[in-house]
Amino acid sequence: MSGDLENRLEQFPFEILEKGKALGDLTIVVSREKISEVLRFLRDAEGYRFDLLVDLSAVDFPNREERFEVIYHLYSTSENHRLRVKVRLPFEEPMIDSATDLWKAANWYEREVYDMFGIRFNGHPNLKRLLLPDGFEGHPLRKDYPMGKRQKIPVPVEVPS
Amino acid sequence: MGLKELLGGTVVTTKLAEMVAWGRKNSLWPLPYGTACCAIEFMGTVSSVFDISRFGAELVRFSPRQADLLLVLGTINYKQAPILKRIYEQMCEPKWVIAAGACASSGGFYNNYAVLQGIDEVIPVDVYVPGCPPRPEAILNGIMMIQKKIENQAKEMGRVA
Repeated sequence: MSGDLENRLEQFPFEILEKGKALGDLTIVVSREKISEVLRFLRDAEGYRFDLLVDLSAVDFPNREERFEVIYHLYSTSENHRLRVKVRLPFEEPMIDSATDLWKAANWYEREVYDMFGIRFNGHPNLKRLLLPDGFEGHPLRKDYPMGKRQKIPVPVEVPS
Repeated sequence: MGLKELLGGTVVTTKLAEMVAWGRKNSLWPLPYGTACCAIEFMGTVSSVFDISRFGAELVRFSPRQADLLLVLGTINYKQAPILKRIYEQMCEPKWVIAAGACASSGGFYNNYAVLQGIDEVIPVDVYVPGCPPRPEAILNGIMMIQKKIENQAKEMGRVA
């Protein structure tokens, strides 16, 4: 099944910057500009049909020129195959198009990635912190976040009586 | 002739404060604030094998207005700190707090950007129970120490008055 997908990717209509295989799953790296179209194609096209966004996360590689990597894990319930899609982002402008219009599941994933890495998702309906308190400064999963740094403990919000 | 003999040994004399404390310490109404595995141990403490009702504390309340013993069972992160503080403030005096387990006492092994390094950063704590998680015997021991504390508080009060 993974072979079928591998063959199909030979005729992939978008540019694939890099291709590989890790832990049994195919991985492709695509450009940030095309990500929305690529994901839409992967979801809808015959033979691909990735109807499930299993996970969306990010990694910070401090030594790379394009420091951030956003990773989509896709699964097709009808074709029973999986694909990993990666996009690299520069540190100066960590921005990418949101996938919330393609998969509803992307909503909280993207909020978490924003919370932890400060990567902005264009077109996200509600891009605010998910896990950390609102007054939190910085993004703790960036490698340059000081490990011992402690922030102010939030105080209870006054409820109007 | 003593008062006891006069009344035929049917009465016990004591101080009012100590009498009230005796009632309080044997009818603690705990509010479990369970956020992690320590809460599972508390379930064991309440159930028949360990039987918290031997100490008169079986009436677990889930409203802070009706409880006088706050049991913090688990990791408290920054986002939860104001919630915990609000709940503590909602409890009526007199009230006591047990920090059960390593996380509630000191943050445990979560020495990171998101976790409170002990609940005493936001609310006063009477008894710290060690363990990760503490066994039900340890939680019972903590409750017994609270009982001792209530008793001693009354005695101290008597001395001042």
